[in-house]
Amino acid sequence: METRLEAPAQEPRNVEGPAGEIHLAGVSRAFARRDGSPVPAVAGVDLDVAAGETVAVVGPSGCGKTTLLELVCGLQAPDSGTVRAAPAVLMPQRDLLLPWLTAIDNAALALRIGGASRAQARERAHPLFAQFGLEGFERARPHELSGGMRQRVAFLRTLLSGKPVLCLDEPFGALDALTRREMQEWLAGALAREPRTVLLVTHDVEEAVLLADRIVVLSPRPGRVVAELAVNLPRPRAATDPTLVALRERALEALRT
Amino acid sequence: MSGATTPLPAPPAPPRGRSSAAGRVLPPALLVAALIGLWELYARVGSVDDFILPAPSEIADALWRDRGLLWDNLLVTAQEVGLGVLVALVLGFGLAAALHFSGTLRRGTYPLLVASQAVPIVIVAPLLVVWFGFGIVPKLAIIALVCFFPVVVTTLDALDGADPDQLKLLRTLDASRWQAFRYAEAPAALPAALSGAKIAVAVAVIGAVFAEYAGSSEGLGHLMLQAIPQLETPRAYAAVVLLAAFAVALFSALGLAERRLVPWANRRQEGPNRP
Repeated sequence: METRLEAPAQEPRNVEGPAGEIHLAGVSRAFARRDGSPVPAVAGVDLDVAAGETVAVVGPSGCGKTTLLELVCGLQAPDSGTVRAAPAVLMPQRDLLLPWLTAIDNAALALRIGGASRAQARERAHPLFAQFGLEGFERARPHELSGGMRQRVAFLRTLLSGKPVLCLDEPFGALDALTRREMQEWLAGALAREPRTVLLVTHDVEEAVLLADRIVVLSPRPGRVVAELAVNLPRPRAATDPTLVALRERALEALRT
Repeated sequence: MSGATTPLPAPPAPPRGRSSAAGRVLPPALLVAALIGLWELYARVGSVDDFILPAPSEIADALWRDRGLLWDNLLVTAQEVGLGVLVALVLGFGLAAALHFSGTLRRGTYPLLVASQAVPIVIVAPLLVVWFGFGIVPKLAIIALVCFFPVVVTTLDALDGADPDQLKLLRTLDASRWQAFRYAEAPAALPAALSGAKIAVAVAVIGAVFAEYAGSSEGLGHLMLQAIPQLETPRAYAAVVLLAAFAVALFSALGLAERRLVPWANRRQEGPNRP
């Protein structure tokens, strides 16, 4: 399954194609200002992500990172260029859990949407709760959970969509520094257990270096790819590893130029 | 991480007079008692005739003396209001959903819905009587006409106000338009829809009185219409007291329903002030 988007936003979602891969070629997208003049969000972005690869996209605020993810998820169509991507699911910065559903029903939302009964959906989601450190919180409402736990439930919801590509939009941006570090380690573990193709948008260079196989640096608006760094480090990674620290400095350098 | 909760120290005592039952009931009771007292004084000492403004004591007397008559007519009006509100809610929620889904329908009918609220009941009542006779149907029509509108407006606004990011997320989970409504928009709109329903019950009682004025042989509105020319003003006021009490009861019932139906909203409202 693959999404191929040249024009209309929701058109073909089921064109056959490379499983789990993302290919962007010369992708541009602009928005109209209130007076009608266009504001380019991304301009001429080329990006290829292999199946199972984790690519972090870093860039200054307003460089069109979110636009990039929405293009990959098929929520927007490019003005020019081609987007070919396996079915992708979005995990936004805000967890967007539904307050009227319990944690397990939130996690299993994609299964319900896919036609499973409530009991079936819960049965399939249940084992993941134990695996991902949420055991005992299946019946909790979102407002009863901490920020970190809510993000875990949101991540389970993303995983249970069964899609090969995960688009994570600053998933831990709203958490405090301590919880964020804990969640980064948690996510690294989760991805080791459940490998997926991941496109991770972040403004936290350290997060990128900790989690990604490759880092793509975008320029300020309109976003273009200005640098690519391979992170060939074994996992699990430690933020204090000198190689990692050096890489982080290189990424920051690329961001500044 | 596994959520081992250590017992927290006991929370500080709630502010005085806030959460105790007496603290909640006493102030409004005192206010009502003071108003009744002033009214009694004014009716006895003031220059307004008894048959224009009866004293509370006279009304209480009428409430007791005519209790059988009042009760029978209250049942009639209560039935009209209950069913009329039900019709209005079904109509209101249905219309709000339909207008939410169809922009064409909205552009076509929303102005008409607004205009319908400007039509005085006295103008349409005779027509309704011609169409539906003197039974309960024209009453339901009038009550529904008077109170469906707040339900439509509050529900529609809340449906439109659903979080756009939430809807995007649901789209990447492959939710259909209907599923987005079922899982996100409709539950999000429920608290506002219930607020609309609360406004509706408050005006439904007036709608019922209008409807009975327009043509009926029973009900509290009919009773008032008869009592006033007979100079039985205390009885008319007794009917008003019952109508008001009934409206308060309906309103409270909806408040209870709200707690059951939207526990998440209540929790957020009560938030840090929860004792």
